[in-house]
Amino acid sequence: MIHYIETPLTTEKVRQIKAGDRVVINGIVYTARDAAHKKMAELIERGEQLPFDISGQIIYYVGPCPARPGEVIGSAGPTTSGRMDAYAPKLIELGLKGMVGKGLRSEDVIKSMKKYGAVYLGAIGGAGALIARSVIKQEMVAFPELGPEAIRKLTVKDFLTIAIIDASGNNLYETGPARYRRL
Amino acid sequence: MREIHVDTVVNAVEKLCMQANYRLCEDIYCALESACENEQSELGREILRQLKGNADLARQKQMAICQDTGMAVFFIELGQEVRIVGGSLTEAINEGVRRGYKNGYLRNSVVGDPIERINTGDNTPAVIHYEIVEGDRLKISFAPKGFGSENMSALKMLKPSDGLGGVKKFVLETVEKAGPNPCPPVVVGVGIGGTMEKAAILAKKALLRPIGTTVGNRPRYVAELEKELLETINKTGIGPAGLGGTTTALGVNIEVFPTHIAGLPVAVNISCHATRHGETVL
Repeated sequence: MIHYIETPLTTEKVRQIKAGDRVVINGIVYTARDAAHKKMAELIERGEQLPFDISGQIIYYVGPCPARPGEVIGSAGPTTSGRMDAYAPKLIELGLKGMVGKGLRSEDVIKSMKKYGAVYLGAIGGAGALIARSVIKQEMVAFPELGPEAIRKLTVKDFLTIAIIDASGNNLYETGPARYRRL
Repeated sequence: MREIHVDTVVNAVEKLCMQANYRLCEDIYCALESACENEQSELGREILRQLKGNADLARQKQMAICQDTGMAVFFIELGQEVRIVGGSLTEAINEGVRRGYKNGYLRNSVVGDPIERINTGDNTPAVIHYEIVEGDRLKISFAPKGFGSENMSALKMLKPSDGLGGVKKFVLETVEKAGPNPCPPVVVGVGIGGTMEKAAILAKKALLRPIGTTVGNRPRYVAELEKELLETINKTGIGPAGLGGTTTALGVNIEVFPTHIAGLPVAVNISCHATRHGETVL
């Protein structure tokens, strides 16, 4: 099954996506990784507004390379998502609908995904040069002092991902490897 | 004494930083190519083809294979007949990194303090391992190390009674626990023996050796252990990108060193499919 999605995403749309489905993203995704998540958590704690309206949005866990002159962005593959596990449940509660990254997620994150309806999409780790071709625009949104860790608004075209964990908690990282395990 | 000026070192390091990040090593590229044919999962084959395509694109466009252009790790072999002139060797290496990462459009991924965590803005300082050797040459080996895989590495002080079986169990445990996180198919560097820090350095050094090659006079069991561990790891099912398949590792490289009568240190340094290294001799 292939889904073509654009933000803002509705809970209904997210719940149609099943682990193992291909998901093609067009439109806006926001970048954030470790340092930006920490800053967002501090804003939430102080009761302040996040730098962008998170409702229905997708966060792409990435810290891209600088763009060469004439290019939109440098290499831009996913980083390990698990480092954002401490912050993700709160963001999902606030309306975050999609996360793009690579690697395992915690039980707490999966619980929040099921409760509020969110999906975890996998991009191919280490395919940063290929993925950069899907990015047609980047704008600085917040925390430019963080350099590669700043929050950026990316406009993507045909960004190919695979649904890893769906809003029912099905997990391709469990079912995929189990089929090939010979130990 | 043969003199080498620090400017020569700066230039060499700058070039190494760029080349290593743009060009996937031949051994890894070839391993990906044959994995494309042998992988049993269809999705796995598709991912491997993408990784190969990614490496091709990076080389053509002179862009980083992976956005995690790593912490800059160096192994320096300094001939005892060499005199470095014009300044500090360590500073020259760091200046080369500074220039290479800036002029090569590579990502700055280093924070100045592990707790305060402010980006240094130029990817320095590098981690440099020095060794004084015979001769009048300066050999610079460079390995940018991404942390998706570095974070999944582990070290354990086994008991001598744990023996070879204990080593195998620990390596396998470490790879299984890493799962999809280190961007499989991985390369596994293993250091056995020495002291705690020696085992860790051996594991890192093992990653610099092209996969499928051997070095010097190693005990006979080492090559067999490399082969056996590779086969076992590829039966875990983790597969390309951790989505299932028969290609979980491209290679296992082991380095051994004498150790204490009471110990059996084992370090496992995992590296991703974009295992990068380069070297130059001045």
